[in-house]
Amino acid sequence: MANVPDNLHYSKDHEWVRVENGVAVIGITDHAQEQLGDVVYVELPKPGESFSAHESFGSVESVKAVSEIFTPVSGEIAEVNESLADEPEKVNKDPYGDGWMIKVKMGTPGEVDSLLTAAEYEDFTKAEE
Amino acid sequence: MRYIPNSPDERAEMLQQIGVGSMENLFDSIPADLRLRRELNVPNALSELELLKKFDVTAARNPAANRISFLGAGAYSHYVPTIVDSLISRSEFFTAYTPYQPEISQGTLQAIFEFQTLVCQLTGMDMANASMYDGSTAMAEAVLMAERVTRRSKVIASSAIHPEYLEVAHTYVQHAGIELQHSTHSNETGTTLADSLAGLDDKTAAVVVQSPNFFGCIEDVQALADKAHAVGALLIVVVTEAMSFGLLKSPGACGADIVVAEGQSFGVPLSFGGPYVGLFATREKYARQIPGRLVGEAYDAMGRRGFVLTLATREQHIRREKATSNICTNEGLIALAATVYLETMGPRGIEAVAKQCAQKAHYAARKISTMDGFSLPFSAPFFNEFVVRAPSEAGALLARLASEKGIDGGIALSRYDRKPNEFLVCVTETNTREQIDELVSGIESLSH
Amino acid sequence: MITKVTTHISPNERLIFDRSQPGRMGFSLPPLDVDETPLDEIIPLDFQRDDKLAGMPEVTEVDVIRHFTRISTWNYSIDQGMYPLGSCTMKYNSRLNEKVARIAGFANLHPLASEAEAQGALEVIYELQQHLAEITGLTGISLQPAAGAHGEMTGIMIIRAFIDARDGKEKSAQRRTMLIPDSAHGTNPASAHLSGFTVKTIKSTAAGLTDLNHLRELCSHGDVAGLMLTNPNTLGLFEKNIREICAIVHDAGGLVYMDGANMNALVGVARPGDMGVDVIHLNLHKTFSTPHGGGGPGSGPCCCTKELEPFLPVPRIVRDDSSTANSKSQISNYRLDFNYPKSIGRVKAFYGNYGMMLRALAYILTHGRGGLREATEAAVLNARYIAHALVSDYDKPFDGSPMHEVVFTDKRQARKGAHTLDIAKRLIDYGFHPMTIYFPLIVSGAMLIEPTESVGRLELDQFIEAMRAIAQEAQENPELLLNAPHSTRIGRLDEATAARKPVLRWKPKENVAEPRAAASP
Repeated sequence: MANVPDNLHYSKDHEWVRVENGVAVIGITDHAQEQLGDVVYVELPKPGESFSAHESFGSVESVKAVSEIFTPVSGEIAEVNESLADEPEKVNKDPYGDGWMIKVKMGTPGEVDSLLTAAEYEDFTKAEE
Repeated sequence: MRYIPNSPDERAEMLQQIGVGSMENLFDSIPADLRLRRELNVPNALSELELLKKFDVTAARNPAANRISFLGAGAYSHYVPTIVDSLISRSEFFTAYTPYQPEISQGTLQAIFEFQTLVCQLTGMDMANASMYDGSTAMAEAVLMAERVTRRSKVIASSAIHPEYLEVAHTYVQHAGIELQHSTHSNETGTTLADSLAGLDDKTAAVVVQSPNFFGCIEDVQALADKAHAVGALLIVVVTEAMSFGLLKSPGACGADIVVAEGQSFGVPLSFGGPYVGLFATREKYARQIPGRLVGEAYDAMGRRGFVLTLATREQHIRREKATSNICTNEGLIALAATVYLETMGPRGIEAVAKQCAQKAHYAARKISTMDGFSLPFSAPFFNEFVVRAPSEAGALLARLASEKGIDGGIALSRYDRKPNEFLVCVTETNTREQIDELVSGIESLSH
Repeated sequence: MITKVTTHISPNERLIFDRSQPGRMGFSLPPLDVDETPLDEIIPLDFQRDDKLAGMPEVTEVDVIRHFTRISTWNYSIDQGMYPLGSCTMKYNSRLNEKVARIAGFANLHPLASEAEAQGALEVIYELQQHLAEITGLTGISLQPAAGAHGEMTGIMIIRAFIDARDGKEKSAQRRTMLIPDSAHGTNPASAHLSGFTVKTIKSTAAGLTDLNHLRELCSHGDVAGLMLTNPNTLGLFEKNIREICAIVHDAGGLVYMDGANMNALVGVARPGDMGVDVIHLNLHKTFSTPHGGGGPGSGPCCCTKELEPFLPVPRIVRDDSSTANSKSQISNYRLDFNYPKSIGRVKAFYGNYGMMLRALAYILTHGRGGLREATEAAVLNARYIAHALVSDYDKPFDGSPMHEVVFTDKRQARKGAHTLDIAKRLIDYGFHPMTIYFPLIVSGAMLIEPTESVGRLELDQFIEAMRAIAQEAQENPELLLNAPHSTRIGRLDEATAARKPVLRWKPKENVAEPRAAASP
C-alpha cells in the first residue's frame, strides 16, 4: 500500500508539495515511484529557471520507462537536489524526504489550495487503478 | 518448399485439428475483394543449382570486381583475414536476434562491448554506441545530436566533406529546424581553414569536418576544435577511411566532441556499397543524448558479470517521438566483423597496414606528379588518398584506363560536380608496387 | 519434467583484453614493396598518432578463434530453434543466400565502379525492385534505406514532400499532424518526428482494430498529413476496414503509410497497394529472411504509388531497353538516375545495404511464385495453431482470428504473482527464446507470439507443451518463474544499477570482479 502523508499537497500528475517558508519542496509520490520501478536517472532543471503550474520541469527514468514530471505550482527554481545525480535510488527509498527533487520560490502561494489533499489523492489513485 | 518444415499432409492435419476448412480460410478476415485471385507475377522457384548459375552469370557482368583498383571515396579495398568471415559465419552470431534477452545473448553482448571499447580506443573518445547504419547516417545523426545538446540550430559543415555525406545530412535536417551551412575549403591546401569558417557564432551548434577529407587531405582538427569551442559549439569529426586511425592522431586527442566514422575498412567487403557500419563516439557527459544502442556491464544476483543493453530510455521503443533517434536495427553483424578484424590485427597490425597505405600512396603520388602535365593540386599532407590534376578530362582518361588497361585508376571528381580534370586516387596495402607502376605507365601511355 | 533441453558444460571466457599479451600478433602482411620515405616527411609529427594505440588487444589468431567460438556458444540463434518473437519474423536464414552474397563478382565490387562495369550489380537491384513492386502492388521503390526505421523515415519524408508540393509551403504548414495507433511500434512516432510532424494517437476498439469514429474525428480538423498503420496490426489482426480507413484519410487530404513489418501474413495473398495504401516500408530482415546478425544489418525498402515516385530518394536504378541494329536482341542497360528534382534527397551514401538485397532476391527466387504464398499460408497456420492450443491456459484478449502472430496476456498467471516477464524467463529453461513481451503497449502484460513458417509441428507442440507447463507452474509453484531462468550461465541482470552507473567500455587496469562460482545443483 503506497504511503500518502497527511501534511502534504498532491497533484494529479503524482507529485507532492511541502511548503516551507514560501518555498515549495516538490517530489514524486510513493505511488509514482512504485509504478516506475527502480529509478536510474532524474533529469532536473537549473536553479533560476521558471515554470508555470503543471509545466514539465524534467523527467524520471527507470530501466524500461520514462515519465515527465510536472511542477504543481508556478515559480522560480531556488534549489535542485544534486545528490540525485549519484543516488537516483533515493527517489524509491525516500520519495518524500531524501528523494525531493526541486524547491520552488512560489509566485502565487495560494496555488497550493487548488491541489489535492492526502485523502483526495488517495481516492484519485484508487480510481485510476 | 524445402524451407517449410511441415509437409503438405502435416499442414492439412493441422488445419483439421484447429477446425479451419482450408488454407484459403485462414485469410477469411481479409475482405474477399482484397485477396489476390491470381498467382504473383514472379518467376517460378529455382533450384539451388539454377539459382547459383543465375547469380554467377550476373556477377560475371561486373568486370570491375576483379580489376586492379585505386578507387576510394568512402569505400576502401583492404585485405580481410580469413578468420573474419569464418567467425561471423557461425550461426550463433549471424542467425541470432537483437540481444533483448541478455541471459541467452551474452555472445552478442560481449562482442558489442568489445566493439564499443575498440571504437573508443581508436577515436580517442569516452564512449561509443553499438553502431549506426554507416558513416553518412552517423554524421547526420551527429548533427541532430549537436542540436539537442547545445539547443542551437545552426551547423557549419566543411565543403571538403564527402558530397554524399553532405547530401544525407541535408536530407536528415530538412525538417528538423536546423540550418546546415557549408564552409569553403582552400583551393591551395585542400583543407578547411579555421579562419574561414564563415558564419561561426554563438548560434552555432557544431562545426563538422572530415579528416582525412574527401580530397584525402588531413585537416588541422585541433585548430578547428579551438575555433568551435571558443563560441560554445561542438566539433564533429567525420572519418571515411577508418584505417587512418592507425597512423593519425585521434580526433579525441584533437578536441573533437563527437566522432563518426565509416568502419568498412575494418574487415568488411566492398559489396557495392553495403552493408557497412557507422561508428559513433562521444564524450561521457553526452551519454544520454547519444543515439543508437548501448551495451553496458551488469551483474546478476550471484555476482556474475555479464552485459546488457542499457540506457534504453533514450531510444524509440520507450521515448517514442522524443527519442534521440528512430534507429532500431543497426549493423550488428558488420560491427562484429570489424571487431574480429581489429582484434586479429591488433595495434601493431593496424599501424602496419596504415603505414603501408601511406607509403604506397605517397609512392604513387610522387610518380604520377612527375609525369608531364600531371600535378597534385593540394598542398596539405594526405594519408592514402590524393587528388591528381590531369592535362585533359579525367573521366575520359579513366574510362580508357579501365577498358584498355584493365585498371580502375581513380574517381573523376566531375562525378561530384567538381573540376573535370581532377580525379581522386586511393592506394591501400592491397595495391602492389607492380600495380602502381602499371597505373603510372598506363596513365602515361594514354596521355602522350 | 523439461525434456527439450539439458544442461551442458559452457566455457567461460573473459574479455579479449584479458587474453592480450604484449608482442602477440595475429596478422600477416607482405613486406612493404615501395621505397620507404621517413614518416615525418609524409605526415607532420603533430598529426601522427602518439599513443601507440594503447589498450588495443594483442592476441594471436588462435586467441581470436577460441575467444569468439566460446562466446558464440552463449547465444541462442534461429539455427538452434524457434524464436516466437512477435513482430520480428524470425524465419530460417538460408545458407544458399549467404553463398550468393559472397560471390566475388558482388562482394568485391566498389560502389563507385563505373556503371558500364557494374551492370550485373545494377541488374540485381532492378530485378529485386520489380519483384517487390509486384508483391506490394506499389510501383515506386527505393532500396536505399538500411533498416525498417530508415525506410519509415524515408516514407514519411515522402509524404511531407508530397504535401508541400501539392499545397504549397504555407498551407502545408497547417498539416503537421501524423496519426499513429496506440498499438504502434516505437519507431513510428520517432520517424514522424524526424519529418517535422507531431503525433496524435488513434484509439483501438475493444476488438483491437482502428477506431473508425475516432479516426474520423481526428481527420476533421484539417491538420492531418497522414496516418501510419501496420496491417495486420501489432495484435496480429487484419484491419478489415483498411479500404475505408484509407478513404477517410484521403478525403481529409492526408496520405496513408503502412509499416510493412507484418508482411509475412500478406505475401502472395493480399497487397498493400490494392488496399489504398500510399507508401510502405518493407523489412528484408523479417519477411525476406535476411539474417538478424545480432542486431543488423537490415534493409528497409520504401515502396510507394506512382504519384509519390518523384519524391523517392536518389539515385534510382533504372533500365533502358534498346534494340540492336538487327532488332533481333534486346540490350538492357541499367543505370543510376539522379534526375529527380523533387526527390527528398539521399538517405544514405551509395545504394543501400546491397548484400541484403542479394539475399532477399535469392529468397524470392528460391521460393518462386508458389513458394512465396506457401510460406505465408504456413506462417499463418502455425500462429493459428498456437493460438488455438494456448487459449486454454492463457488469456487471449481479442476474439478475432490472428494472422501470423497472436497476443496473450498474463492476466491469469498474475493472480498468483507471476507476470509476463517471469513467464518469458521461464520459457528459456524450456529451451525457447522468449516471445515479444510488453508490446504492443495497449495490452497489459502483452506476450506477442509469431512462430513463422520455419517451425515444424514437433517444435510447435513442444512450445505449446512448455507454455502449458509454465502456466501450471504459475499456479502451483510461481517461485520457479520468479527466479527464472535457472539453467543459463547467467541469471537476471541488475539493469537498474547498470543504468545508474553505466560502464560502457573496458578500461586498462580495471578491477573486474572474479565471477563467483555459483552453487551447482
